Amino acid sequence: MSVITIVFAVLFYVATAILLVFTAHKIWQYAKTPAPLKIPTTPAPTTRSGVVFRMIKELTIFESLFKSSKWTWLFGWMFHFGLLLVLLRHLRYFTDPVWGWVVFLQPFGKYAAFMMLAGLAGLWARRIFVDRVRYISAPSDHLMLLLLIAIGVTGALMTFVEHTDIVALKAFFLGLFVFNWSALPPDPILIVHLSLVILLMVIFPFSKLLHAPGVFFSPTRNQVDNPRERRHVADWATRLESTKTG
Amino acid sequence: MAAAEFETPKIREYPIIPRLQEGVMAHSKPYVAKPDFQEKLGYPGELVDNWKEVAIEKMGELTGKYRSLQVFLDSCVKCGACTDKCHYYLGTSDPKNMPVARQDLFRKVYRRYYTLSGKLFPKLVGAEDLTEEVLDDWYSYFHQCSQCRRCSVYCPYGIDTAEISMAAREVMDAVGKGQKYCNEIIGKVHVIGNNLGLPEPALADTLEGLEEDVEEETGVQVRFPLDEKGAEVLLVTPSADFFAEPHIDGLIGYAKVFHQAGISWTLSSYASEAANFGMFIGSYENMQKLALRIRQAALDLGVKRIVFGECGHAWRVAYSFLNTLAGPFDFLDPDYPVPQHICEVTHGLIEQGKLTLDPSQNDDMVLTYHDSCNVARASRMGDRPGGQFEIPREVIRSVCNHYVDMPSYSIGEGTYCCGGGGGLLTDDLIELRVKGALPRMEALKNVVDDYGVTHMAAMCAICKSQFSKVFPYYDFQMDQVVSVHQLVGNAIVLQPEEENRSEADQSEEAQDQAEAA
Repeated sequence: MSVITIVFAVLFYVATAILLVFTAHKIWQYAKTPAPLKIPTTPAPTTRSGVVFRMIKELTIFESLFKSSKWTWLFGWMFHFGLLLVLLRHLRYFTDPVWGWVVFLQPFGKYAAFMMLAGLAGLWARRIFVDRVRYISAPSDHLMLLLLIAIGVTGALMTFVEHTDIVALKAFFLGLFVFNWSALPPDPILIVHLSLVILLMVIFPFSKLLHAPGVFFSPTRNQVDNPRERRHVADWATRLESTKTG
Repeated sequence: MAAAEFETPKIREYPIIPRLQEGVMAHSKPYVAKPDFQEKLGYPGELVDNWKEVAIEKMGELTGKYRSLQVFLDSCVKCGACTDKCHYYLGTSDPKNMPVARQDLFRKVYRRYYTLSGKLFPKLVGAEDLTEEVLDDWYSYFHQCSQCRRCSVYCPYGIDTAEISMAAREVMDAVGKGQKYCNEIIGKVHVIGNNLGLPEPALADTLEGLEEDVEEETGVQVRFPLDEKGAEVLLVTPSADFFAEPHIDGLIGYAKVFHQAGISWTLSSYASEAANFGMFIGSYENMQKLALRIRQAALDLGVKRIVFGECGHAWRVAYSFLNTLAGPFDFLDPDYPVPQHICEVTHGLIEQGKLTLDPSQNDDMVLTYHDSCNVARASRMGDRPGGQFEIPREVIRSVCNHYVDMPSYSIGEGTYCCGGGGGLLTDDLIELRVKGALPRMEALKNVVDDYGVTHMAAMCAICKSQFSKVFPYYDFQMDQVVSVHQLVGNAIVLQPEEENRSEADQSEEAQDQAEAA
């Protein structure tokens, strides 16, 4: 067994653990932190099902962003939807046999890489050329785009230009699940691709990528507009209740 | 600090997103609260020696108490969607008035002390130590946010800068650097019951004067009751309604509505303020203490309903928070929402045909309507989402023949703040107020030029005061802003004999009852 196989096997276990444990910790933190007042941005739905619909619109068509800036919306949506297709396509490397709908998505997932990269390029162009967006950008904001672009480019290179031994790669990942490791193909492009993915997994719970779980917990979007009908007292606020009369 | 000389921005035909001009509003700071006012609210009198530790600890306490704050601090991806949405940025060009940049003043400190990436790689992720310069920036720029929530409409995660600025103000209060305007006012309400510090005798005198004025003008005795036990409705209204123009004309409008509908009502001298400045400084405790005065007044007076007068942030606290802060209101009539907005009351009465209206009384005006930010984006009226836009417009259209909306991007959920909300309606911030009003002034100019609009109706005490003040800077007249219920009051046709008849009816009824007993 090559050193590279052992290193990457260990790295994938560690990265997955970090991603899951720390992201779960963040989700737990968001869930347990009380939202002591009703603060939905109105007009807001007055029913739970209305809120679900509002959230689905935010998650699928980025409704608020669409209202806000058409270019950011376009590039952002291209990136996210492209990424979704690409990720779903990647399921074929982790499942055996490959699910039918993943097989169906294969051609879409392959070309979605270009949509994803075009979206990222557009977002980066905005970050560089729009003075307002440039002003609010920290180095990490640029590097995050660079990281995603590098992952996308190395992935697309393997899909369309310099194929790796995909059968061996799949054996490597399936082996990880059952702790029976098999050799990782030592192709340079693949090694770069996987290294960057590991880096992304590790920084996910410590970076702005937390917007992914965060969006589900945003009180301005996920609260029902019914404060006159229902009281909404947080635990820490109940101790203040004693001052009340009547 | 002396009021700096400044130039009023030029009104352009189309709104243009300005280029950044760094630091141009760094000098804009409100007066700091004096020690005795700070201490009355339970805050340190002046900046404490270990303010850094206190501030950082407070920050951690708040992220543990408010999910909004925790999620908003983590989730921003710096996409820039909000950067051109704040009226203060549009009016001043100062990049720190872009919502995300304003949040980042707080976020960079949070990152430095509460996130792994900020502790390990501060430069990389834009984390910064809390220093005197940072605190200075906080004081300046968190008092350049009117908590209007326009940014939150456009943020893909719903990040609301208002939540961040409330937290920042709470931290500043905790270290002893509070704002004079807000904290003095809150102190007055705790003791006297209203923002103006108007005691009961003065209030009674004012209301008596109003009764005389209205009788003189209409020949009808319209009552302005104070502290009347057993009235059906407790009206809680911003205290500006008792003395300022055009607010007071709105108060006359409410009184005429109640009079004609035959609804008995009263004001309370104990809870003579609708506004709740506790929200502006992010203080749940102060906000609740103020809200409980209203509960107490409702209990003491034995009313069946609570109705709020025209006010913006006040309606947010009333609609969204009152039930939570001071409920349950199970001692009130369950047939009515608690609280109700005066526009909901008037709208309902108009629908039932209980008001006699002559819209031609307002024919000397061509009206437009300014959606108040906190009514638009932080509350509702009626049963349906968006009622806060429809109900006031339907009321205005019922009492006026000439009405035009301003451009769509500047109304409804996208409405611009007047420029004076959120605890900024003070003369020491006049430059900010004038510049922050620019987007609204441009939208107004648009309908003035195209449709001959002569007046803008508003439904918030802050908006009305702010517009009266800044209109002249933009070559409008200060009396071009009117209250919604001023229009209603103008249009209501009061008939003296009708009143006599109803009085006769009442005495007959009383006689019947006496006989039955």
